Amino acid sequence: MVPCAHCGQDCGNIPMHFEDKPFCCDGCVLVFRILKEKNLEQYYEIMPSPGIKIEKTETGSKYAFLDNEEFSSKLLSFSDGGISKITLFIPAIHCSSCIWLLENLSSLHPGIMSSFVNFVRKEVNVTFRESEISMRQLVELLHSIHYIPELTFEKGEKDDYQKVNRRYLMKIGVAGFAFGNIMLLSFPDYLPGGEQIDRILRSTFGYVAFVLALPVFLYCSSDFYLSAFKSIRKKIINIDLPISLGIIALFMESSYEIFSGHGNGYMDSLAGLLFFMLIGRWYQGKSFQSLSFDRDYKSYFPVAVTRLKEAVEEFVQLKDLKEGDLILVRNQELIPADGVVFEGEGNIDYSFVTGESVPVVKKQGDAVFAGGRQTGTGIKIRIKKEVAQSYLTQLWNEDRMSNKQSHAMQKIVNHVSHYFTIIILFIAAAAGIYWAFDDIGKAVYVFSSVLIVACPCALALTIPFTFGSLMRVFGRNGFYLKNTDVIEKIAKADTIVFDKTGTLTHSRSMKAQWEGTPLIGNEKEMIVSVARNSTHPASITICDSLACKGTSVVKNFAEIPSMGISGNVDGNTILIGSYRFVAGKDQEEKGTTTVVYVSVNHAIRGFFRIENSYREGLENVISSLKFHELHLLTGDNNSEKSNLEHYFQGNHQLHFNQSPTDKLDYINLLKQNNKHVIMIGDGLNDAGALLQSDVGITIADDIYHFSPACDVILESGKFWKLHQFLRFTKNSLWIVYASYTISFLYNIVGLTFAVQGLLSPVIAAILMPISSITIVAFSTSSIALLSRQKKM
Amino acid sequence: MQVIVVLIGFSLLVAVGFLIAFLWAVKSGQYDDDVSPAMRMLHEDRVLNKALDSNSIVIDKGIQENGELEA
Repeated sequence: MVPCAHCGQDCGNIPMHFEDKPFCCDGCVLVFRILKEKNLEQYYEIMPSPGIKIEKTETGSKYAFLDNEEFSSKLLSFSDGGISKITLFIPAIHCSSCIWLLENLSSLHPGIMSSFVNFVRKEVNVTFRESEISMRQLVELLHSIHYIPELTFEKGEKDDYQKVNRRYLMKIGVAGFAFGNIMLLSFPDYLPGGEQIDRILRSTFGYVAFVLALPVFLYCSSDFYLSAFKSIRKKIINIDLPISLGIIALFMESSYEIFSGHGNGYMDSLAGLLFFMLIGRWYQGKSFQSLSFDRDYKSYFPVAVTRLKEAVEEFVQLKDLKEGDLILVRNQELIPADGVVFEGEGNIDYSFVTGESVPVVKKQGDAVFAGGRQTGTGIKIRIKKEVAQSYLTQLWNEDRMSNKQSHAMQKIVNHVSHYFTIIILFIAAAAGIYWAFDDIGKAVYVFSSVLIVACPCALALTIPFTFGSLMRVFGRNGFYLKNTDVIEKIAKADTIVFDKTGTLTHSRSMKAQWEGTPLIGNEKEMIVSVARNSTHPASITICDSLACKGTSVVKNFAEIPSMGISGNVDGNTILIGSYRFVAGKDQEEKGTTTVVYVSVNHAIRGFFRIENSYREGLENVISSLKFHELHLLTGDNNSEKSNLEHYFQGNHQLHFNQSPTDKLDYINLLKQNNKHVIMIGDGLNDAGALLQSDVGITIADDIYHFSPACDVILESGKFWKLHQFLRFTKNSLWIVYASYTISFLYNIVGLTFAVQGLLSPVIAAILMPISSITIVAFSTSSIALLSRQKKM
Repeated sequence: MQVIVVLIGFSLLVAVGFLIAFLWAVKSGQYDDDVSPAMRMLHEDRVLNKALDSNSIVIDKGIQENGELEA
């Protein structure tokens, strides 16, 4: 294999050469030349072959809408006095070279003043002079070096994350600062002979500790109070309630001791507690910023649509499309709304919708649905339904999508803290009453001691660190979780529903199956010889499946787009294509599978059924999922039934001819029967079912593109590991239970001191950090150990 | 011994200084992306300088994002 000097992919048998370097295609050579011209060859030195290969390089008038003020102003993040700033999401950013090149954009065009890459978010911030380079030119420039920006008006999700992340970091900083400094002041007290420290000095230490603890008590803990308050209002007990009780008890008791001159209290423990817990929250909240889990249909469709009004092209926003509008859909553009072909021949690839990538031919007057991608020349379409009312998009509008939370599963942590809080309050009250007969002051002290020591810090750290680590392990293995809550839901699920096309099958690689009279003699050889001349996916698949060299000379080869190919081999006329092309007359369609007819000397010999092949490891995955109830929903007819029954042995439910709404309803039905459902799908037609299920898993070839709203994105190449991921989540629950046990043991030790009225600051200062550290170490190392054992 | 109180005052002052520096760093977005700076610092600015000289582009430091100054 000869790797391309630009993108590193196989150059094939005949590489293109430019300056003695091999290239796979014109596009890659072009980028190389652009960069060379501008002295940017260093791009190729930082990382070997860092380039991105794209199928088509010309942009044509694809970005013409950016010349329109209405669109460009919406995309800009800042504009003043001819200087503008824009943040562009570029999924192709993947390495150090990308950062280098994109930050040197100013060398490519003098109008660009500076550019700055955020690698984690796969974004580039560009500052440019509008008088020298327009936004359209900027986007086309990026396109020309194969960094294609994804333009969208929506960006809320990521900014929210950034805000939350910053707030946590600041709180961690303040708590850490207070923790360190208070510990320094409290430390002399813990040493033997600490009582002999000068009285004035001691009380000064106490006051300083109080001042340092104030921001911890008021600022750092605010999230916990808020969450506790909300839970009380909803009449449930969550983990933050006992935490808040503990924090308040700690602070009050310590303040009392400081101001009454009894001692210096537990301020160091308080700050340490908050420090560890905030780190836990922050660790748990760190997610995959460059992935979008909450996309709705708007992010699939182009930002602007070309509308034809009295033969004049104009750009309109998606939401402004009206019924009856005539729009132009160019090559590789998505159809934004349901309509009818008005002019031209549609060759529509519905792979985003169904996972089926063989284009469907649509003639004038045929209905086309939103979500299809036109391949070939542009077509004109008359809109029949507004965007929001289209067949697929209406899934988002229906009421049944809104009650997603109605069947929310009880989280373990809330379950545990429910009993925990009640028991602790009971113990505290009992111990307080016991001591009240003796000494009221002591009783109050014991009551608060119990609350202090029982503060479920270790309990609160278990889930963030166990699930946070697991989420990272999964991320490394191509299984991206939306957040850590998903793990619990996956572990509890008992039912898995699969989609077929694009999920169980590959969306790209296909197989051809011959049906008809067996091919004899050199017929195979002749078919391959003809088909070899075409680049249509079906032709390539046929060539692969027949395993012939196809070296015969073909005369009069002709390819009629979306009809078929013909040629003459050794005096025999070979026709390969649709029934109409081969037989010269129309015939009923055979379901949704693609069939390619073949005739030799005008006698029909039969047809190839072109099907997507099943993913590798499918059999193993299915047979390993013993503890789940398996279902299959597919929009296809039952032609594959026998094959699927082979995979889904036993009493599993297979359903064919399912519409997107059927799928959604089916999931609802399962949930009404108290099933916890995982839905695994890929296309837009599964979007409703994915949202409705407890856990929606999307399989994606390119994880940054076109994934419907879901909880998990699974790289398609990692499908064979699916059962391992599911089992790992179950194992992680055992780690959680084990950590809970450990933290309860610490609590019992602490409580024995507390109920006797023996809890001293030094015991709290030792017990609290140690229990936290033990839990963090135990949960993270268990996950690390398990993942190594599972080779993840 | 009382001098310790003064010393603690000074040490706290220094510590607060660092705390403020940290809070400023977070606020200005330096912790938003913890991957690219690590790669960026290894890039040589050789070619960039050459390009700057030949095209005589003036980089206005005021408009650089996030207080980062490459160049």
